[in-house]
Amino acid sequence: MPADTNATTGPAALQGLATEPGVPKPDPILVGDKIKRSFGGLTAVDVGHIEVQRGAITALIGPNGAGKTTLFNLLTGFDKPDSGTWSFNDQSLSGVPAFKVARRGMVRTFQLTKVLAKLTVIENMRLGATGQRGEKFLSALFRPLWKSQEDEITRRADDLLARFKLDTKREDFAGSLSGGQRKLLEMARALMVDPELVMLDEPMAGVNPALKQSLLGRVKSLREDGRTVLFVEHDMDMVRDISDWVIVMAQGEIVAEGTPAQVMADERVIDAYLGAHHDTDLTELDHEAVQAQAEAELDEEEAKHDD
Amino acid sequence: MNWGYIFEFAITQALGPTAVVYALAAIGLNIHFGYTGLLNFGQAGFMAVGAYGTAASVVTFGIPLWAGLLVGLLATVVLALILGVPTLRLRADYLAIATIASAEILRRIFQSVTFSDTFGGSTGLSGFARDFYALNPYTDTVSLGFISFRNTTAWVLTVGWGLVLLSCLIVWAATKSPWGRVLKSIREDEDAVRSLGKNVYWYKMQALILGGLFGGLGGIVLILTQSAAVPTDFATNTTFFAWACLLLGGAARVWGPVVGAIIFWFLLNFLGELFSQMTRGADPILPTWLMTETQASLIRFIILGLGLMLLMIFRPQGIFGDRRELAIDAR
Repeated sequence: MPADTNATTGPAALQGLATEPGVPKPDPILVGDKIKRSFGGLTAVDVGHIEVQRGAITALIGPNGAGKTTLFNLLTGFDKPDSGTWSFNDQSLSGVPAFKVARRGMVRTFQLTKVLAKLTVIENMRLGATGQRGEKFLSALFRPLWKSQEDEITRRADDLLARFKLDTKREDFAGSLSGGQRKLLEMARALMVDPELVMLDEPMAGVNPALKQSLLGRVKSLREDGRTVLFVEHDMDMVRDISDWVIVMAQGEIVAEGTPAQVMADERVIDAYLGAHHDTDLTELDHEAVQAQAEAELDEEEAKHDD
Repeated sequence: MNWGYIFEFAITQALGPTAVVYALAAIGLNIHFGYTGLLNFGQAGFMAVGAYGTAASVVTFGIPLWAGLLVGLLATVVLALILGVPTLRLRADYLAIATIASAEILRRIFQSVTFSDTFGGSTGLSGFARDFYALNPYTDTVSLGFISFRNTTAWVLTVGWGLVLLSCLIVWAATKSPWGRVLKSIREDEDAVRSLGKNVYWYKMQALILGGLFGGLGGIVLILTQSAAVPTDFATNTTFFAWACLLLGGAARVWGPVVGAIIFWFLLNFLGELFSQMTRGADPILPTWLMTETQASLIRFIILGLGLMLLMIFRPQGIFGDRRELAIDAR
């Protein structure tokens, strides 16, 4: 499915939207409301409203500890929020277990790749296919019942492996792949599920620059296949290069949204990454004033602890 | 020293009914641990439930043996469900704790005075195997070259090794299938499997049930061999002997547990008979300050334990395990 010319769907429809956090999208595939998750006293995620546009590539960025991966875990059922609702294709996903989320067409990858090290690359791929007859115990015992489906799955897996340039590694154990190849394998395996929404958690982490270009191409091709992509990334080049829309998180909240160009010029984003006083020249600061401020902050901290 | 007798004795034992029992129990553990990564330290519990389910049905409740066998196997499924429902959502260690505890609880229930009307207390149950031996086609001692078995033992062995063969066939077919692929993937990383839309919990449950059924079969063969179900046969050392068989032969291999059981039982009896002969008589080969006749029956466990340790250090994949499967570590 090519990028739509109709201005209510796809990446084109994102032009001219407001850059406020939680801005409604014309054709959202994923909508979340008041999602909150805290670990002890730390509020990891507190998202008021989030929408992800169908058929577009959306980047989720933010400094370390902003809650991006936690939000991923919550949306995909790998973690349960304290409160909040979210839906995929207008169907509620609250309380839906992770495997059912995947079956509905929302498949994720992991920041630390989870390849099945002691299975071969092709077996990793075959595992991704859904609705396999041979995965039911009784029919599993009788090869003729699932042989034809297995052959078809293998064909599909081989196609994807070729596209991801892993076909030469077909019979290797996944554990013998390099970090970048594992990222590729994980992404290819996720596609075996045939998802509508692909959620990639730091797909570029630990990938060498040469492989990076091919990975970027693969992610872009997902959009051309009509899939929606939501990814977490620290690599700003990648964000600028491929994303149609960027959502910025800081300290668990969405602080800004916009096209890559808008976001990178946004004061709130720069503040989130570098701190509000990042451009103040340190030499111009009055030493005594800084010290006084620091002491005041320390006293405040102590007062808090005494409570 | 009578080497001929030592070998004959050890080989007879290695092919005998006890080896069958351990082979079946270890095949079950292979499904649990070798393929799915589940830590079941209570295989004796599954064996006991299969055994007592059968024995009590026949002796206490008076139903025919074939129906009793079904009750015994059904009881292992129920045990798997009871253990699996609360623990399989948690980390692997919780299943280990729950299984080892429940196996002991079960043994004590079967042994208890309170339930002695049903389970026979510490003397156990007997008199349920008549229908089984009535089917025995052997009328005379069966000789296999230099070893021979009594006709009743031969009948147990025919059925027993037949069951082992059938179990291996099932394990082979199941683990070579997409179903087995899901199990192996769960062993590697269950979150990855979950993210691909598989109901990990249900697959772990199926594995626990299937492995428990093999354990239950082992328990049933054991009580048919002895024509009696006795609670002490299902103590924790039974579980760990089965584990030793599995690790010796090689986990995640279809024939690993079977070969492991044969070798384990051979070594245990070989060493036992060897030391027994070396300490026997008025002028034993080993001086009494080194080892007495009573110590001889225990020293084999020490040596076997040492051997298992060395095996784990120098050949952790067992005799038939695949080195590559263990050499690669993603974490």
